[in-house]
Amino acid sequence: MVPWQLLSRSFRRYPVRPPNSGIARRKSIWERIHLDPWLIGLLLVLMVAGLFVLYSASGQRIEAVIAQAVRFGVALVVMVVIAQFSPSTFLRWAPIAYAVGLAMLIAVEIAGDIGMGAKRWLEIPGVIRFQPSEMMKLAVPLMVAAYLNRCQLPPRLRDIAVCGIIIGLPVVLTAIQPDLGTSLLVASAAVIVVLLAGLSWKLIGFVGALMAAGLPVLWMNMHNYQRQRVLTFLDPESDPLGAGWNIIQSTTAIGSGGLWGKGWLDGTQSQLEFLPERHTDFIIAVLGEEFGLVGMLMLLALYVMIVGRGLWLATSSQDTFGRLVAGSIILTFFIYVFVNVGMVSGILPVVGVPLPLVSYGGTSSVTLLAGFGILMSIHAHRRLLPR
Amino acid sequence: MPQRLDTLKNSEQELRIFRVRALLAVLVVIVLTSLLTGRLAYLQITQHDLYSTRSEKNRVRVEPLPPNRGLIYDRNGALLAENRPTYNLTLVRERVDNLDDTLALLVELLELPEEDIDAFNVRSRQRQRPFQPALLMSDLSENQIARLAVNRHRLPGVEVEAQLLRYYPDAEVMAHALGYVGRINAEEMQTLDTGRYAGTHFIGKTGVERFYEDRLHGQAGLRKVETNARGRVLRELGRTDPVPGDNLTLTLDKSLQMLAYELMDGRRGSIVAIVPDTGEILAMVSTPGFDSNQFVTGIDVASYRALQENIDLPLFNRAIRGHYPPGSTIKPFLALAGLVEGAITPDSTIHDPGFYQLPNDSRRYRNWLRWGHGRVDMERSIAVSNNTYYYSLAHDLGIDKLHEQMSNFGFGQRVAHDVQGESTALMPSREWKRARFNQPWYPGETLSVGIGQGYWQVTPLQLASATAALANRGHWVKPRLALEIGDELVPRDLPDTLPDIQLDNEGWWARIFSGMEKVLTGHEGTARRTGVGLEYRMGGKSGTAQVFSLGQDQRYNAAELEERLRDHALFMAFAPLDNPQIAVSVIVENAGGGSTHAAHLARAMTDAWLLNDNAPDVEELKEVLNEDTTGVEGN
Repeated sequence: MVPWQLLSRSFRRYPVRPPNSGIARRKSIWERIHLDPWLIGLLLVLMVAGLFVLYSASGQRIEAVIAQAVRFGVALVVMVVIAQFSPSTFLRWAPIAYAVGLAMLIAVEIAGDIGMGAKRWLEIPGVIRFQPSEMMKLAVPLMVAAYLNRCQLPPRLRDIAVCGIIIGLPVVLTAIQPDLGTSLLVASAAVIVVLLAGLSWKLIGFVGALMAAGLPVLWMNMHNYQRQRVLTFLDPESDPLGAGWNIIQSTTAIGSGGLWGKGWLDGTQSQLEFLPERHTDFIIAVLGEEFGLVGMLMLLALYVMIVGRGLWLATSSQDTFGRLVAGSIILTFFIYVFVNVGMVSGILPVVGVPLPLVSYGGTSSVTLLAGFGILMSIHAHRRLLPR
Repeated sequence: MPQRLDTLKNSEQELRIFRVRALLAVLVVIVLTSLLTGRLAYLQITQHDLYSTRSEKNRVRVEPLPPNRGLIYDRNGALLAENRPTYNLTLVRERVDNLDDTLALLVELLELPEEDIDAFNVRSRQRQRPFQPALLMSDLSENQIARLAVNRHRLPGVEVEAQLLRYYPDAEVMAHALGYVGRINAEEMQTLDTGRYAGTHFIGKTGVERFYEDRLHGQAGLRKVETNARGRVLRELGRTDPVPGDNLTLTLDKSLQMLAYELMDGRRGSIVAIVPDTGEILAMVSTPGFDSNQFVTGIDVASYRALQENIDLPLFNRAIRGHYPPGSTIKPFLALAGLVEGAITPDSTIHDPGFYQLPNDSRRYRNWLRWGHGRVDMERSIAVSNNTYYYSLAHDLGIDKLHEQMSNFGFGQRVAHDVQGESTALMPSREWKRARFNQPWYPGETLSVGIGQGYWQVTPLQLASATAALANRGHWVKPRLALEIGDELVPRDLPDTLPDIQLDNEGWWARIFSGMEKVLTGHEGTARRTGVGLEYRMGGKSGTAQVFSLGQDQRYNAAELEERLRDHALFMAFAPLDNPQIAVSVIVENAGGGSTHAAHLARAMTDAWLLNDNAPDVEELKEVLNEDTTGVEGN
């Protein structure tokens, strides 16, 4: 018996049930509105902190802060509304959402708007501008979880192959937009579902080995400019005015912050615009410069607490679908944080991943909070069954 | 989605699997978070100093503040060199994306000829301290400034910079005396104190501008500014003001200098005037002149070639670098040498049959008057410019004593205190001939030296300063150009002056002066026409110098050739005789007609200096010159 199996026994007592099973406990107000007070509280603290950083990062434009706050408000409403649906609704709608999302991705490929050099947007003129790949961040893991919910777990090879197709189609369609960052996030959200479902270690090891072996082949087949990007990531100083500029400036901003930081609104790298994309993808460098290591660790702690609470909720879920979806949502959230902070601090290559609920931007906030809505729905709709 | 019937879900097992995986996820989260924490601690604690410095460097830019160059005035406070506000085009290479494209665009915008790209290339690639602006072009027109302003967004790293630019109001007249400033070139860059010259694009290249570069330049200041990422200055963090260069007051008299230039009337030659008892140079003209302002802004290739290839050599400073045989102008100095050495007395005479013969030699060294001047004493030998007297004297003295005595007058040496680029010219000696030709000195050569010919060469400045020493009765004063630097007067007693020349009998000075006065006023005087109507007592000496040969690579047409083979006219003079206030040397190349031309010019100079309001009219004088330059006897 491997150690984690020993450890896992301690989870047996969960989910916690009221002492007098069989008698319906009086529901708290939070349970009645299907929300989790801990998670909401942590998210609100994060959002408020994010608005403070945004004020500094936007060059002290209050309009940006207001616009972001409005988006947060909309996203919170979406979260609350979604939390009211029962998980079975998501289970039923998952294939439809997936199919619609896939259709829209194909539509984007055929008739999409080009923005920032890539086809990402679908527009019904005058009504809505929409990024289908954003929706797929939730639709794909939901679909995979829904499929695996039907299977006996751990999944057999055939089920995994089906999952591979479910994941592969939207990921490839997103990647050729091209939006490699989003496609990787969609893929990882879905793969996490498969991993949580119990993908066999042999298979994980095999795929890992295959990828490691594939790296040199990939390198041989890369274009020169792509290789250059990889090299620049490994040594940003080699191209200080080009691709290396962002990383040099962001590490300089973070490093010069020191332990306590230069003070709010006093970061020279940020305020004098040396830091690129300071209010979007690189916003954490502003925090690092103005609030120092202390501020950075406080923010990381906040994120870790949210992830911890989310995992707790996922584990306390009563059915497989709920567990897989909740686990995937919360771990994907963590991947956002890790990739963004890793990128800005120079240990990961630059891919366009915003810092959740801190970076300026509407779509990702809505998607994220919609995800938390699903998470809370799964938690709050537990049936209080006797053992 | 209904559950498939063929599979029986095992909830317990699925929950167990999930818990294991969730626990693993927690571990992964902890590991990855620790990784981030470690990275952040590394950046913000371990490497904090490095990044702090880097962030400061990003934000703080040190801008040089070039000092204002000192102004140059003449002795009466007339401005000779000023600083004019202009707009320059500068470029910071480090901020330019594509240098070739930028330069091509600039040439197009400024409507410059294609050739200028090359010049731009050289200037922009000149070695600089990083982020120091390189000067591409000076003195932009308003039109050009407007075009640059409109296209500013296409030209990162290119700036239009307001700067004071040197300007010489009377460039042609002053060019040789003042010199000029020009762009600092790559060689000069190597040796400059870069801190002191930060932001300075110009340096004195010649003349006073070069000699007093140290004082005129001043000390650059610095400005620490905070800039944003686009290089825009947001605020000043600190400042050290530049120390402006010292103003310079010269001994030159602008009106006298301008008169001298006009008197030369486009001819090749030089006029130098000195105050005998102070050594102050009142005028130092070399003609033809040139527009030195062209060199400040950067002369274009065609104009420079035209100046270089001009057969009149306008860039050549004849006053200090022109080598001329002094001819008979040195006869008073030789007479003095004879008195000092005891070879003659003022009253000793010779008989001149029209020629001189060395003992045991049949060759006849001729006087310029074929039939001779008969009995000649010292005064008459000067007045009539008798050659035989000086052949004899030179033979009696010998080359060694001649060399020694003439050296006391500054011949063969750099004489001035602060004249940049002065030539020593040549005072021949036995040793010199041995070293130069590996030949012994021949007695006949001494005779040539005795009448200011042969190897002997002087510069106009040397001739003027020797004349000043003579006028001072042997007291040597170094010629100088600077009267005041900043607020300090330049001391009158300058180091390294030559020893005074002592005569046994002080009265003999008057005898020499008398001979020189007779040159102008005596009935036999070689410049008696010039002396007509003198309102003060003046001493002078005429001279002609033969032009022996032409440069091998010079090609002239016949008329020009003939003109350029004519003798040079020389004259040295001082006045008034009993209280000398001005000493002058005049050399007019290929003047023809003996020394009259030069004598008239010398008189015009002394008249102007001594008579002030009664100064001669230049136009009238030119007419006189045209009549007089034909038919007067030589020497």
